[in-house]
Amino acid sequence: MLSVSSLTKTFPGARALDGVDFAARPGEVHALIGENGAGKSTLIKVLTGVYQPDEGEIVFGGEPVRFATPLAAQHAGISTIYQEVNLVPLMSVARNLFLGREPRGRLGLIDFRRMHREADAALRSLGLRIDVRRPLRELGVGAQQMVALARAVSVDARVVVMDEPTSSLEPREVRTLFGVIRMLKERGIAVVYVSHRLDELYEVCDTVTVLRDGKLVHTGRIADLDRLRLVSLMLGREMSEVRSEGLTKFSGDHEAGGEPVLDARELTVRHVLHEVSVQLRPGEVVGLGGLLGSGRSETAKAIAGALPPDSGTVVVAGAAVRTGSTPAAIRAGISLLPEDRKAEGIVPGLSVRENIALAALPGLSRFGLVDDARVDRIVDTFIKRLRIKTSGPYQKVGELSGGNQQKVLLARWLAMRPKVLLLDEPTRGIDVGAKAEVQRLIDELADEGLGVLLISSDMEELIEGSDRVVVLKDGAVVAELTGDDVTEDRLLHAIAAEGGDHD
Amino acid sequence: MTDLALRRAPADRERMLGLLQDYGVYAGVTVLILANIAFTPHFVSAENFRTQAVQVAPVLIVALGMALAIGSEGVDLSVGSVMALATSLVSLYLGYGPWIALIVAMLGGAAVGLASGSLIAHIGVQPIVATLALMVAVRGIALVMLPQLKDVRDPGMATLGSGDLLGIPYLVLIAAALALLVGFTVRRTTFGRQLLAIGDSRPAAQLAGLPVRRVLILVYICSGVLAAIAGVLATARLQASDPTSLGNLMELSAITAVVVGGTPLSGGRIRVGGTVAGAVLIQLLTATLIKHDLPPSWTQIAQAVVIVLAVYAARERGKR
Amino acid sequence: MTTVQARENTSSPAEEEPHGAARAERLSALAQQHGALVTLMLVVAVASFGFDTFLTGDNLENMAVSSAFLAVVALGMTFVIVTGGIDLSVGSLFALGGVLAAWGSQYGTPVALLLPLAVCGLIGLVNGLLIARARLAPFIVTLAAMLAARGILLSITDEGSTTYLVDEKSFFARLGQDKLLGVGVPVWITVALFVLGAIVLRRSRFGQYVYAVGGNEDAAALMGAPVARTKIAVYTLSGLCAGLAGALNAAWLVSGVTILGTGMELEAISAVVIGGTLLTGGFGFISGSLVGVLLLKVIQNVINQIGSLDSAYQQVVSGSFLAVVVIAQTWLGRRRRML
Repeated sequence: MLSVSSLTKTFPGARALDGVDFAARPGEVHALIGENGAGKSTLIKVLTGVYQPDEGEIVFGGEPVRFATPLAAQHAGISTIYQEVNLVPLMSVARNLFLGREPRGRLGLIDFRRMHREADAALRSLGLRIDVRRPLRELGVGAQQMVALARAVSVDARVVVMDEPTSSLEPREVRTLFGVIRMLKERGIAVVYVSHRLDELYEVCDTVTVLRDGKLVHTGRIADLDRLRLVSLMLGREMSEVRSEGLTKFSGDHEAGGEPVLDARELTVRHVLHEVSVQLRPGEVVGLGGLLGSGRSETAKAIAGALPPDSGTVVVAGAAVRTGSTPAAIRAGISLLPEDRKAEGIVPGLSVRENIALAALPGLSRFGLVDDARVDRIVDTFIKRLRIKTSGPYQKVGELSGGNQQKVLLARWLAMRPKVLLLDEPTRGIDVGAKAEVQRLIDELADEGLGVLLISSDMEELIEGSDRVVVLKDGAVVAELTGDDVTEDRLLHAIAAEGGDHD
Repeated sequence: MTDLALRRAPADRERMLGLLQDYGVYAGVTVLILANIAFTPHFVSAENFRTQAVQVAPVLIVALGMALAIGSEGVDLSVGSVMALATSLVSLYLGYGPWIALIVAMLGGAAVGLASGSLIAHIGVQPIVATLALMVAVRGIALVMLPQLKDVRDPGMATLGSGDLLGIPYLVLIAAALALLVGFTVRRTTFGRQLLAIGDSRPAAQLAGLPVRRVLILVYICSGVLAAIAGVLATARLQASDPTSLGNLMELSAITAVVVGGTPLSGGRIRVGGTVAGAVLIQLLTATLIKHDLPPSWTQIAQAVVIVLAVYAARERGKR
Repeated sequence: MTTVQARENTSSPAEEEPHGAARAERLSALAQQHGALVTLMLVVAVASFGFDTFLTGDNLENMAVSSAFLAVVALGMTFVIVTGGIDLSVGSLFALGGVLAAWGSQYGTPVALLLPLAVCGLIGLVNGLLIARARLAPFIVTLAAMLAARGILLSITDEGSTTYLVDEKSFFARLGQDKLLGVGVPVWITVALFVLGAIVLRRSRFGQYVYAVGGNEDAAALMGAPVARTKIAVYTLSGLCAGLAGALNAAWLVSGVTILGTGMELEAISAVVIGGTLLTGGFGFISGSLVGVLLLKVIQNVINQIGSLDSAYQQVVSGSFLAVVVIAQTWLGRRRRML
């Protein structure tokens, strides 16, 4: 039905897709999986007309095609259900379903009676009973997603692309969704299904395509692939592969002792985290393992006060910290290096100097005036110590390379003398040299007595960098690996383990 | 992934736009001055310079506050009404002496700023909307206090409005001092740096633990106080309180001065020098057209064109 | 009056979704929709008891006519605000429309009507193009247009010193002066425009696009709504409404008064928002704007009747009203997001 061959898409500095073949067949649910940066979102965007491919061919219904806009793809019969519902929340269900193709009566006015009747019929045919007159936002997220699906189907879609449709659904809603997907299948519609939830993939998908680093690594029937094999394909680790240490710059174990410097207990955020507990002792690096969407970043954010938990406690060095407040967490000595460095970390328009001094400013000021001499001293110290490559302290941070931006952020937090460092993907998107330096730095910091929580999609980094690994799945802790158990093999098994539907 | 893109040398077009945004205003002022020297009779005279400077002072002071608001990725539309409030308060409290009157007026401005700042920072109302509501209400309050034009006869106010020190009018001295003060605040204080960080990237500032709400409220208080000072000075110069018309369209002039001066509407950057030059540029433009017997209506049209061009240039550059 | 969009019946049982929250939700929606109307009725009731002069034919007629011009401006503004935009140029366009109509009336009624519509519509179109195509902030663009329109007005009236008069016997003057069934023609025109506007916003495909663009611009684009064209259309429409209101006003006053319209944009925005339209866009209704205008004018009238009160209280009241409504909207909006 829809197929692409040797598709290549390059962005400045990175090849997002590299000669990828992919085919969606009628009446088949095709899983598309891969970790962050694997290229699956780029592939979807090419399929749905958001991006134009640099090389390669898209064939749809037997003819080579090229979609200039998402709208063109939609008109051709390719509909997309996004993770975030892309409808108009303030408008009624029926109006959303029929926007742009409302049934019209005399004088070109919209025939609401007919529109409501048809909307009702369309939803019923998917097994849904929703009052189509209600504003969309009054429905639950699941029901909203169903409306999006109904819209997609009712525009005569022949291919439906679903991008993590279940990420915010209740289990009951997931069941309904799967029912609808099966119905689509019976109607001969091709479904492309993107998700990180293994259980779902095995339940609803027929075939699977795995992408990694922009390349196709596997495609075939999902039933022929066991879970462990699937996870290792995604993460790029061969089960048989036994590596010696030394690829990363981690030294190995740290002397960790004493009372925990961080004790986070039973952090719960509706739909996101379920009683996640993590302890860090001074000098210890604890890894958070799990697939994308398993709640790793959310755990770090909840500890750092950036994501208010519904329940749970955070204790630093014996003292309770008010949850849900970033300043309180920072005062207690918790520092978070966020995953989205560009949007949440650096302040791109300000200089290296201002960025480093940002959090520590009140401490570097007297009567509200910044003590520039002290700022200069601290900035100089950190530029030297972290070997930040910049044309000078007054260069804009936005102009630095990713690795150096990351070091600037580290410097910002180290200037605060934290007790606990939460590092969310500290080496993602930075070049090899800088990566090694950041890794060595993490080691050093732990040796100096900091408690470090390390989140990384890089298996090697996680295994070699951590003394312990806490494994998350669907927002809950499913395993904790300690001592000799901190191996890739164990980690893969823990991630691939069946069950654990915690929603 | 986009590291390379960021390190890539900026395209020539972008560099041109950048230069235009950063230094265009100075070039514009220079060109206007040179053209006037060449073509306008009696342009080069102490009297003329004095007139121009005195006229630009209130606009500049309001623009300084506006620059703070815009730097925080906001805007303050209530400034004109705050000027009207200040003029009403001054004439009501002048009986207690000019200093008391000045302080009361500034407190009034601070109160308005506190109100808009709280709406923005705590309740999360968009800056345009919050300050728009206050713009309506505050003008009304000013008119309730002082329903019609009233002459201000006070020796202190008269000195303030038309006196000078070593030949430089007080108004100009005060405006210059405030410009230096705001420049100093932006560059050297914790508040200034936190303000720029918030304007540039609010999520990052929040995650870095900055007191975002407090800083935002303070921004609008500053803007309110500066607008109140401008209102008092305008009253002193006109020797009259006219809450009906004082400060009308002032928000537009101030925004124009700030934007033309190279401060982007997207926040994170404040150019105090550019704002001064921007205010001067608008004043010169008006003066030039008037001196050449072109009707004042042309200056309004010219100002409209200038502001759209300035915003457009900043936008094109911001696209990257 | 315009019950065209009496809210769709929401009584049918819903299988989905929780109950306390949904009920609170519906109550708040109800408050937003009918709060202004209830307030209006209360104010009218109190005023009729309080002042003998309130419920007199003359006073009502006076209020109706003076509401009519603002109402037409608010009609266009409603479309703009529902798309999530704002139009600050309407006050100037109102004045400009009046002057152009008065000047044009010497060449006959068609010129007197078409000239202001053409010029104001064109300025609205330019606003729309700058906002939708060049993607500049609406408040800056329309603020500049406000200035430019005022400049044009001054330059065609010798810097405001010339006032064009309308021949009192002309058909154009009668448009503003005559009465039909005891009610002024401008009032009838306004009512007709509101019925038309309500039908367009509520029952036409364009109206759906207006809501969709304001409700979620990205989603609207993905669903195939012509986002840019919709925005250009609403700013043009707003310009046309302001120009027409100015022309009618000139016919009523039999002259093109140059100093009119200052602050009118704020009055119009206040009326629209008080009438229940969300300033953030995506939700609103035409009849609400009419109620908002009436409420503002009735309050103004009451304040005028209380001799000791200055008319400036009008601004305090409408400003505070605006602030309260905006706070309530932001609040409700935030609670909704959290649901």
